[in-house]
Amino acid sequence: MSSPSFDVIVIGAGPAGLTAGIYLARAKMRTLILNEGTVGGQLVLTHEVANYPGVESTSGYQLATTMRNQAQKFGCTIRSNVSVTKLDLEGETKSVEVNGRETVTAHAVILAPGGRSRTLGVPGESDLRGKGISYCATCDGDFFQDKNIIVVGGGNSALEEAVSLTKYASSVTIVHQFDHFQASAHAVEEAMQNPKISFIMESTIAEFIGQESLESVQVKHIPTGEVTEIAIEGAFIFIGYVPNTETLHGLVDLNQAGEIKVSPFLETNVSGVFAAGDSITKRYRQITTAVADGTVAALSAIDYLSTVSESRTAEEVLHI
Amino acid sequence: MLQTNLKHLLSAKDLEETLKSNENVMVCCGRMGPMCIPVYEVMDELQGEYSHVAFRDMEFDTADAAAIRNLPECRNFRGLPFTVYFKNGKVVKATSSIQNKDQVTSVLNSEFSAKVSVK
Repeated sequence: MSSPSFDVIVIGAGPAGLTAGIYLARAKMRTLILNEGTVGGQLVLTHEVANYPGVESTSGYQLATTMRNQAQKFGCTIRSNVSVTKLDLEGETKSVEVNGRETVTAHAVILAPGGRSRTLGVPGESDLRGKGISYCATCDGDFFQDKNIIVVGGGNSALEEAVSLTKYASSVTIVHQFDHFQASAHAVEEAMQNPKISFIMESTIAEFIGQESLESVQVKHIPTGEVTEIAIEGAFIFIGYVPNTETLHGLVDLNQAGEIKVSPFLETNVSGVFAAGDSITKRYRQITTAVADGTVAALSAIDYLSTVSESRTAEEVLHI
Repeated sequence: MLQTNLKHLLSAKDLEETLKSNENVMVCCGRMGPMCIPVYEVMDELQGEYSHVAFRDMEFDTADAAAIRNLPECRNFRGLPFTVYFKNGKVVKATSSIQNKDQVTSVLNSEFSAKVSVK
């Protein structure tokens, strides 16, 4: 078999994948980053980043662009908006099929596919997206000036965005499935003190209704099963994230939530395959933790490559 | 001005002239926000493959962007960006909110015919 085209292929170009790319490329590893969407991943979806050490305040897009430029400056190849259509992670040479027609190979793979906003999956949701249903308050809040809207969720994002949406909406109703919130006490208190915000607890969304745009929502009270229809023009959904690991089932060990199981050195159960970022089993998902994961996964991959280098030819090791 | 690699439409007149001089036009009207940036990037990547389509962006919060915002096809839109596809000056498709490469490609192929390879 011909020698692999890269030392390491990183799947995902969020903060974890880009950081891995920076470390790998700086270590002179031939590195390819493949990304299914926009470079930056969920980082790009963040309007303002104010807690990234060393940077007082920036946008997610700007931070992602800087990370991308750093990785490319060190020699990393980045391909965005591609589809990873097949993965073969067994053996010493890993292969990745791109867009169903091209195969690239490497000695090691770092999985950093990240996550995406969780959707409710109820009738009407996909049809009315962008026509009343939104997942970004800062993007779309001003379309709901003096309108009645709902926010679905009970975490920090839901409660904080509900408060911010009161700048526009005449009323904001928070619909949450439990009888208590997961958000911090401060976020809950701020929401409760806001006169424009009301709460519907222990309830889920049964259906979004509207012809050309959102007109109403059916809310189901979980303990009684009673369904109530409420007239609204906007719905903002903040119910957490799901890992982008559907294509990894059967290839590496995942937990019940679909997150990649890893060792402290971010090794998966497959030799030469590492994982980093929001898609792995961990408690805290922050830009800083993703960056740390990317660093550890890259260093582990470099370490792994040094242990298998004996079986590699001099040409491969020296990249000649 | 939007910070993208696309050609910018700076006025309603710009839009009018672009529609007059191009059979197929895709305009993404948005901000430098999380739902808009991915669409600009997809358009930028597709520019080379779809040489028979003029890809443009337009800043949503300018007065002249009313030419897009007030289109009947965008009447019920409540999510950025507003992306509008024109053929011979007429709207053939409009979408609201973030779109991925597959979604954009699907519209381009159905409304403007398949991509033209650039060699």
